[in-house]
Amino acid sequence: MKKELIKSKSNFNNPLKKTPFYEKFSSQMTQGYWYDWSGYKAASIIQDQELEYFAIRSTTSLFDISPLIKYRIKGKDTEKFLNKLTVRNVILQKNNTVQYTLWCNDDGHVLDDGTLFKFSEFDYRLCCQERHLPWLLDTAIGFDIELFEETDLVAGLSIQGPTSASVLNNAGLSIINTLKPFDFVTIKKNILISRTGFTGDLGYEIFLPNQLANNFWDKIWEAGKYLGIKAIGFNALNIARVETGFIVANSDFITAEHAIRNNRTRNPDEIGLSWMVDMSKPFFNGKDAIVKIRKNNLSKYVFAALEIDGKEPADGAIIYHDKKHEVGIITTATWSPTAKKSIALASMKLPYGQKIKSNLWVEIYALRELEYYKMMKKVSIVKTPFVKLKRRTLTPPLKN
Amino acid sequence: MNSQHKNYDVIIIGAGHNGLVNACYLQKAGLNVLVLEKNDWIGGAAVSRELTPNILYSNCSYVCSLFRPEIMRDLELPKHGLQIIGIEGGTTFTQDGRYLANYRNYHSKRREMARFSVKDSEAYERYSRDVTRQCRFIQPLLMRTAPDPASFKSKDIGEIFYLIKQFNELSPDQMAETIRFWTMSISDYLDEYFENDVIKASLALSGIIGTALGPMSPGTAYVLLHHYMGEVDGSIGSWGYARGGMGAITQALSSSFKSFGGELITESEVENILIKNNQAKGVALKNGNEFYSSNIVSNADVKRTFLKLVDDKFLPPSFVKKVKNFKIRGSSGKVNIGLDSMPDFPAVPKGDPCIKGDIHFTDSIERMEKAYDDWKNGTWSKDPFLDMMIPTATDPTMAPPGKHFMSCFVQYCPPKVYGKDWTQEKKEAFGETVIKQIEDYSPGFREKIIHMEIRTPKELEDEVGLTEGNIFQGELTFDQLLFNRPVPGYAQYRSPLKGLYICGSSTHPGGGVMGAPGRNAAIEILKDLKKPTSHARSAYEVI
Ligand SMILES: Cc1cc2nc3c(=O)[nH]c(=O)nc-3n(C[C@H](O)[C@H](O)[C@H](O)COP(=O)(O)OP(=O)(O)OC[C@H]3O[C@@H](n4cnc5c(N)ncnc54)[C@H](O)[C@@H]3O)c2cc1C
Repeated sequence: MKKELIKSKSNFNNPLKKTPFYEKFSSQMTQGYWYDWSGYKAASIIQDQELEYFAIRSTTSLFDISPLIKYRIKGKDTEKFLNKLTVRNVILQKNNTVQYTLWCNDDGHVLDDGTLFKFSEFDYRLCCQERHLPWLLDTAIGFDIELFEETDLVAGLSIQGPTSASVLNNAGLSIINTLKPFDFVTIKKNILISRTGFTGDLGYEIFLPNQLANNFWDKIWEAGKYLGIKAIGFNALNIARVETGFIVANSDFITAEHAIRNNRTRNPDEIGLSWMVDMSKPFFNGKDAIVKIRKNNLSKYVFAALEIDGKEPADGAIIYHDKKHEVGIITTATWSPTAKKSIALASMKLPYGQKIKSNLWVEIYALRELEYYKMMKKVSIVKTPFVKLKRRTLTPPLKN
Repeated sequence: MNSQHKNYDVIIIGAGHNGLVNACYLQKAGLNVLVLEKNDWIGGAAVSRELTPNILYSNCSYVCSLFRPEIMRDLELPKHGLQIIGIEGGTTFTQDGRYLANYRNYHSKRREMARFSVKDSEAYERYSRDVTRQCRFIQPLLMRTAPDPASFKSKDIGEIFYLIKQFNELSPDQMAETIRFWTMSISDYLDEYFENDVIKASLALSGIIGTALGPMSPGTAYVLLHHYMGEVDGSIGSWGYARGGMGAITQALSSSFKSFGGELITESEVENILIKNNQAKGVALKNGNEFYSSNIVSNADVKRTFLKLVDDKFLPPSFVKKVKNFKIRGSSGKVNIGLDSMPDFPAVPKGDPCIKGDIHFTDSIERMEKAYDDWKNGTWSKDPFLDMMIPTATDPTMAPPGKHFMSCFVQYCPPKVYGKDWTQEKKEAFGETVIKQIEDYSPGFREKIIHMEIRTPKELEDEVGLTEGNIFQGELTFDQLLFNRPVPGYAQYRSPLKGLYICGSSTHPGGGVMGAPGRNAAIEILKDLKKPTSHARSAYEVI
């Protein structure tokens, strides 16, 4: 018997997929700085990193968030399922709002953080960095739900910056004026607009069916003509997110599914997200372990936000106590163009960073023309955000 | 006469940015500080003013890059609303209808130059290396009090050694180069690197801006440095806008000052500084009020301070003579314009960002020098050079969407015309010269004008208080820098009178919205008062 041949395209040549906004971003790209975001072609820089940063903080920036991994969860037991999966209480979440959340494995180690969009008690969308289908399906056993990945069906565009509300108004979307931070609204053609973002600035995120992406972009671009609209890449966004004190999975902490070395996993308390954990819930994945960790003080690390003397960025630098003992590492560092400070996110070994907060130093190696300048710089532990902007939360939003 | 008996630790005359920086550092050290400003607005030459409805004008200074990041950090200015945003582009138009754009990307910029001269485009690398070397020498000196070479105090000797050490890091050739550089003309300097007129003209501008010298006058190469050493977020040589106009800087300073508990009163022009037994005692205002303190700091320029606010009889004659000799000639004017829409520049491809930066219409050093000849003859340049910018193409907060504020810095423009006072008629003719030049490159420009403000050195003197309208409170030539600024023997913010200090751009390290004079002066005052100075961080090292 002759076997039926199934024709499929080779994946060899196309490790990175194009997003629905790819043509729009690539047409503006001048130097070809692409990177791999979860298997999608994403821009690091469109034209000029600094100017892209200033679009976020002074006008309006457009960033492609289509590669976010998206799961849709529907059905009778959706809330029960999510309350088991995540550490926060989804029953308290209002319809048409977004909840920043995280979920753990049974050891209380963080699997990922993400955002949860609640359409109704029977319908949610979960957005995150990593792919989690096996864990989600395992957790779903026994619940009457439907769960599927919709990453490739839904395009996403983040519109951030002080003139972003004006841009959306110009585009006829005055409906956004009543949105408070974390609210969202779904308008016709299934376009979702949330007042969320990764910048700590005034801003919105749009999720829409792929086939609407091009037209929507054109409309927004036209609306932003006099409002300084600019397409941006991740490098600029990354500065803004550090200024806000937001962490990124597998950059500021290693997710449990990725950690090969067993001391690399982290519980929520160790990455600064203990406030999320709702211990009043009868059960959630990892709860027993977290109870034990807290009772016996088993946490070994603490998240810290640092201000560093001088102006050299301290990426990857080791943190010392008394200039002698190693007490932590900087996970992300940047010069903050808005705060005019050298800032960093760090993971510190307890009790440093919690009980011992003074006499802390970082060693910075600044490479200049093939020679290092070694510097010991004083650091101070501060509260996030490094940059606090009133316009982020004002409702109705400011015009510029 | 109404005298106020509350005693202040320090009274500062003038709410220019340096006065405010000074005030912040003193107040933060726990002193009780009063700032008195003559105008009903604050900021001196760093202001944003709504001169026509809904359009804010940076009607004096218009770009920011010299302002020290250390000061922004110490005084938490970002928290008080200050945001500096980077500028894109820049272009020089030529009389034969071409343009030379300046881009932030190195290769775009190089290719642009290559359209005019391939050799020059490759020489640019060497040129910028050499200028950067000079910057590295001068930068660390900005946030230090200049040493007094005549003094035998250990601090001064230490500072002189610091200078020598800086200098010693250069090779003998580089030392010779540095000395040449500080005294050379910008034209000669550029000739050593470049052959093309347009390229040279585009680079020469920073050598003469704000200076009563032409591109062929010795000393102008240093002026270039003064403009080159600015930075935005560590990128040396780039310029930025203060979001909301230059007034955003002084508004943030004033908010910071008040948050430390400081007091500021506007519409309070100081008429004279009260002196008793060689010691400052207070100030008397034009409106009859008096305020008392044994520490008075003047933010006004050195001439205004010592020739107008202090009675001659209290000062040593040799000092008065030196102050009189201080060069503070007014050489620039400004035309500030509100526009109905973005002007067109047909020479530039549509959508090119080069017109978002500084726009120039002077395509040869010769034309610059001719412009200077007019000034020497006593009148404004008939073919002036403009440093023109449209901040609203970048900053969305200064005008409604689609409308614009345009800033035209104009050189040269004298404080008097052929020795006679400016009249309304002459002022308009001066404005017309500027409009006409722009119109040559931007057809239809005139129809877009909603409102216009013309400022000659006379307005700068009357409104901002800058003697002769000199934008830097004194020229930035080598004979008036470091330990010679403002005058030899008094380069450390002190004066012959006890308790009388000076903190404006007339002092080291000079003009521009930099904040360093105000900060350095604060440190000297705090030392005299035996107060801590640890809240003023040292300059970031230049590595
Ligand atoms: C037209 C123009 C364009 C410029 N462009 C730039 C630029 O783009 N970038 C840049 O970095 N620099 C620029 N400069 C230079 C820069 O603006 C100045 O060097 C700087 O602002 C001076 O600050 P200051 O605090 O030293 O003095 P000022 O700003 O001169 O402040 C002095 C203050 O004292 C007040 N005062 C004076 N006398 C009295 C009195 N008797 N009683 C009470 N108050 C008094 C004045 O009203 C004023 O507020 C420009 C200047 C001008 C004029």
